[in-house]
Amino acid sequence: MIGHTTGVDIADTKAPRGPIGGRWSDRRFAAKLVNPANRRKHRIIIVGTGLAGASAGATLAEQGYHVTQFCFQDSPRRAHSVAAQGGINAAKNYRNDGDSVHRLFYDTVKGGDFRSRESNVHRLAEISVQIIDQCVAQGVPFAREYGGRLDNRSFGGVQVSRTFYARGQTGQQLLLGAYQALSRQIAAGNIEMHPRTEMLDLIVAEGRVQGIVARDLVTGKVSTYLADAVVLASGGYSNVFYLSTNAKGSNATAIWRAHKRGAYLANPCFTQIHPTCIPPSGDHQSKLTLMSESLRNDGRIWVPEQPGDHRPPDRIPECERDYFLERMYPSFGNLVPRDIASRAVKNQCDGGRGVGPGGFGVYLDFRDAIQRMGRAAVVERYDNVFDIYRRITDEDPYQVPMRIYPAVHYTMGGLWVDYDLQSNLPGLFVIGEANFSDHGANRLGASALLQGLADGYFVLPTSIADYVARHLGGPVETDHPAVGEAHQGVADRLTRLLSIQGKRSADSFHRELGKLMWDKCGMARNEAGLQEALDRIPELREEFWQNVTVPGGGAELNQQLEVANRVADFLELGELLVLDAMVRVESCGGHFREESQTPDGEARRDDEHFSHVSAWEFTGVGEDPVLHKEPLEFSHVHPTPRSYT
Amino acid sequence: MKLTLRIWRQPGPDAPGHMVAYAVDDIRPDMSFVETLDLLNQDLIARGEDPVAFDNDCREGICGSCGVVINGRAHGPEPTTTCQLHMRTFTDGDVIDIEPWRAKAFPVIKDLVVNRSAFDRIIQSGGYITAPTGSAPEANSTPVPKPVADLAFLNATCIGCGACVAACPNGSAMLFTAAKVAHLNFLPQGRPERESRVRRMVETMDEESFGGCTNTGECVVACPKGIPLESIANLNREYLRSRRRRAGIAPG
Amino acid sequence: MALDLRPASTGQDRPSPAAGVAAAKPIVEIAWSSTIGKKAVMAVTGLLMVLFLFVHMLGNLKIFFGPNDFNGYAHWLRTIGEPVLHNSWYLWFQRFILVVAVVLHVTSAAQLSRRDRAARPIRYQHHPRWQASFATSTMRWGGIIIALFVIWHVLDLTVGALNPHFIAGQPYQNVVADFQVWWINVIYIAALVALGFHINHGFRSAARTLGIERPDRARAVRFVGTALALGISLGFIAVPVGVMTGVAH
Ligand SMILES: Cc1cc2nc3c(=O)[nH]c(=O)nc-3n(C[C@H](O)[C@H](O)[C@H](O)COP(=O)(O)OP(=O)(O)OC[C@H]3O[C@@H](n4cnc5c(N)ncnc54)[C@H](O)[C@@H]3O)c2cc1C
Ligand code: HEM
Ligand code: HEM
Ligand code: SF4
Ligand code: F3S
Ligand code: FES
Repeated sequence: MIGHTTGVDIADTKAPRGPIGGRWSDRRFAAKLVNPANRRKHRIIIVGTGLAGASAGATLAEQGYHVTQFCFQDSPRRAHSVAAQGGINAAKNYRNDGDSVHRLFYDTVKGGDFRSRESNVHRLAEISVQIIDQCVAQGVPFAREYGGRLDNRSFGGVQVSRTFYARGQTGQQLLLGAYQALSRQIAAGNIEMHPRTEMLDLIVAEGRVQGIVARDLVTGKVSTYLADAVVLASGGYSNVFYLSTNAKGSNATAIWRAHKRGAYLANPCFTQIHPTCIPPSGDHQSKLTLMSESLRNDGRIWVPEQPGDHRPPDRIPECERDYFLERMYPSFGNLVPRDIASRAVKNQCDGGRGVGPGGFGVYLDFRDAIQRMGRAAVVERYDNVFDIYRRITDEDPYQVPMRIYPAVHYTMGGLWVDYDLQSNLPGLFVIGEANFSDHGANRLGASALLQGLADGYFVLPTSIADYVARHLGGPVETDHPAVGEAHQGVADRLTRLLSIQGKRSADSFHRELGKLMWDKCGMARNEAGLQEALDRIPELREEFWQNVTVPGGGAELNQQLEVANRVADFLELGELLVLDAMVRVESCGGHFREESQTPDGEARRDDEHFSHVSAWEFTGVGEDPVLHKEPLEFSHVHPTPRSYT
Repeated sequence: MKLTLRIWRQPGPDAPGHMVAYAVDDIRPDMSFVETLDLLNQDLIARGEDPVAFDNDCREGICGSCGVVINGRAHGPEPTTTCQLHMRTFTDGDVIDIEPWRAKAFPVIKDLVVNRSAFDRIIQSGGYITAPTGSAPEANSTPVPKPVADLAFLNATCIGCGACVAACPNGSAMLFTAAKVAHLNFLPQGRPERESRVRRMVETMDEESFGGCTNTGECVVACPKGIPLESIANLNREYLRSRRRRAGIAPG
Repeated sequence: MALDLRPASTGQDRPSPAAGVAAAKPIVEIAWSSTIGKKAVMAVTGLLMVLFLFVHMLGNLKIFFGPNDFNGYAHWLRTIGEPVLHNSWYLWFQRFILVVAVVLHVTSAAQLSRRDRAARPIRYQHHPRWQASFATSTMRWGGIIIALFVIWHVLDLTVGALNPHFIAGQPYQNVVADFQVWWINVIYIAALVALGFHINHGFRSAARTLGIERPDRARAVRFVGTALALGISLGFIAVPVGVMTGVAH
């Protein structure tokens, strides 16, 4: 089992000081600019076309840079952001219900359980306002009221109504907006788009990141691409758990290869488990399906009071139902943050009061909502989510209460970046879910879309200019040894995967890893379990490299090769995730250590020892990584035990 | 359930293809269609054969990656995507034909995987609203009547899966193009580029060698997102309007 | 094989290939240049023909009022516009319009059909079970049947080349003589059925092609289309049937 060594502390050198409200504008003013005529001399590589990548690509291209962009799907429009359902937060205060930039800032810091950076979060809250304007101008068809004004709803962890939405397809509509802006720039010749092309390594030369190695998934051709700067917008790594709400293709390869090239990976153990997913129905299950958190606005969560009560829901009288969230958290009720809701659900099921197959589920009931606002209104708000549920379970949520169970959904952790969204490797920028973001130990619902667009439309275009302006030289030539070395490395690894010709499919390894991660490092974690995982993962990785089988060749469309490649990375990342969970002996946000809880089972945070970001430095596969701590300071929101009662 | 899957196998873009029959056992009714293909592929890998290539990603019916023709119906018998089609719609012992989208504009890459980049090029030619980052006015400064917003939204839900093309006897991309034109042309924000948008998108659609529309209505039946036939009427209306104005024989 | 890092490009938007704001082009060229344009031509010409047939059908019904009425009508056709126009000028004008319409209609139909078939080089092994109505899928065949019919019909009753008992200027007698022969009736009735289907789908199709159809009008359009189709084909069919049953003789 690996341990770790502790390195020197690190700090966010780019974060401006001074009053928090002025920091972003100070930074914007301090940032160097590249004059329009010179921008066309610079090329920027962007890996990813989700909300973060697409918005960044469109904006940088509009500004005049040359952009080379990649995604593994057949079209940029299919990036995983498309699946986001619920909505996007913005401090517009259209409802005049006391919302403000400061409140969104406050809610986010508190929701993140005081493990995020104040300056980043405040910037996020400030920009949120512009983002809605931008999206509306692009033709994003947000839900409207009869007066023609934008509609809002409320989301978990907050008491104001600040979430903008488009039925249950907010992510799709926002992504199409960004994709259309991207398409416009592709047609204009400012973006060179490479769909069905997967980044497999990062090129670091002369101490700067200068390009990537990527494989054309159709022809299998491995090529190198050089640029003045590289932006990773490759999304989260939830699929390390195999079963998650992420798309099948979502993977950690881009960030993990960057990590192996020296980029620090921060807070990998901060993973978010979403309370409202459709319970797994069997071991053929290939992924879990989320149902928008917004359901918790109008649906009421309950379990039968008596453990092992197998009566059908409609036979269980009101008095024998336990609306446990409303009981335990009167002021927030069903709208407590995700980590709290998920854990509460888990505890109910562990206590034998779970419903459905295997007792893995609790009821999410719309009976009262339908009575209160009428079926039509419910249809208007949730129909497509209900439809997904109906298709998958063959049950009608208008008649029978839904069954829900938590599932891995989002990863707050990611590559470490400074205020400029630049990693510790000069020239490598990381945006969207791929960075360790602004969400601390737990993300508020509807804030990931916000962060992705904030990073891509507004933050990166400012900060990357500052970098480019300081490195006008342009990238190294293609004959530079580092380029050839990276290219060769990728080619060798592919050949190796193809040549093992073992007995097990890559998918079977992935399932086994996922189950291990979920059991030992899922919703609740303890030292013994984490130990086991740390012992087992290296063995599994060992077996993978001995016994995996990848049919077909490398010079063709080979989906098994793609999977194997990604699973190999998960087998390394998983280990670091567990190690991080092991080292952080406190409970905060999505990370719950059983050793650190209050007598009544609530999470106990340990600000004295853990009020810091854990940034990990790679030293070799199976080697002890180096832990660099970035202390967190809170001058505007004073850390208090997070209470939602 | 036991099913026989007859699947189109084609090693590469230029290689010839043919149907191959596979018997798949222990399929559960609550499996999705793509999970059934997963199951088959695990068998094939175990047997050292080449697994079936098929596109999929979100498996939630929203990304538009998946899509095969099942027994002659794009996305199969239900009005949904292939990934959201569940096996309970079939009965034990069925023989199911699985083929890729068939259209000149969607060449097969391998097995059931086709190249749909023609759709991206249609969007690139005009399927956007020009609103450079930072240039946007306050969001509520242009109210949009709810009916208009809803109509735009309905059309905006197109996932670009290509089932309309696969189902159309003429391999026409009218419904896809119509959906995007309706989405953007209905909204006040989209008005300024109203004519150039529809003109360019239709031109590109024709260049990409899709067929024309003979109002067969098959596309609408196959569309998992319920894009209505009226959108096609609207596309024609918008296009002819832009041409009349180009010819200088219409006020506007 | 890194890509060229310095391709010349003004960072500004280049007009996309499809752009290019040309000056006003002649409507014909514009209409012919796209699939939708050709469809519109087909729709307009189609509707013209519908109009002609509607009138033609009404005129034919005069056969039930005896020779004088019918022949008088045929004669009147040739005197329309007099004294301003010379005898038959209007008729020739109408024929000209009709020929142009048929030519345009058929050419666009042929061109589009070829394109449509080319758009699916490899057919499905499992033949799609078409939801679409019978009329839709038979539009092309129906059209061809009608085409052949019209040629034969004109030679039969206008020119008279195919009609042994043809008497110029005596259409009534010609028609009645015609429909004594059972297989002629069969041909006519078959053609008229095909025509009915063609118009039934054609009219709605045209309405959509020209963008006239809107959600609120959809039902009305459908109704008119079917009414026209039934009216026209039944109206025509009444004649051979009338002659056979001796109502008109
Ligand atoms: C089911 C679901 C519902 C959600 N709902 C909400 C919500 O309601 N509100 C909210 O705020 N957030 C929501 N989220 C979270 C949010 O959707 C994501 O965090 C966010 O979309 C991430 O966007 P992204 O641009 O960072 O990455 P993604 O959208 O995941 O895009 C990743 C991109 O990187 C590319 N890529 C990845 N690896 C490589 C590689 N190696 N080579 C080349 N390309 C690569 C992919 O092709 C893709 O284009 C939801 C998430 C899920 C799973
Ligand atoms: C002369 C031989 C004819 C041929 C070969 C022919 C062929 C066709 C074809 C292939 C179509 C396209 C089918 C479709 O769009 O669904 C069509 C449409 C149509 N036809 Fe004909 N047709 C002929 C005669 C007629 C006649 C005599 C009429 C009038 C009664 C007519 C009226 C129409 C109409 C209204 C349409 C619809 C146009 C549209 O869809 O926009 N056609 N025809
Ligand atoms: C029972 C059905 C029909 C009868 C009895 C009928 C009868 C006639 C007669 C008598 C004429 C000659 C008129 C004249 O020369 O004064 C004529 C001409 C013509 N008919 Fe018909 N017709 C029938 C159906 C049709 C149909 C279905 C079509 C087309 C689809 C058609 C198209 C024409 C045309 C194009 C002419 C030539 C008109 C002209 O001379 O300019 N007819 N018809
Ligand atoms: S219109 Fe319907 S079928 Fe066609 S691409 Fe869009 S969603 Fe798919
Ligand atoms: S099926 Fe084809 S013909 Fe038109 S109406 Fe749909 S595109
Ligand atoms: S896989 Fe995304 S729509 Fe089916």
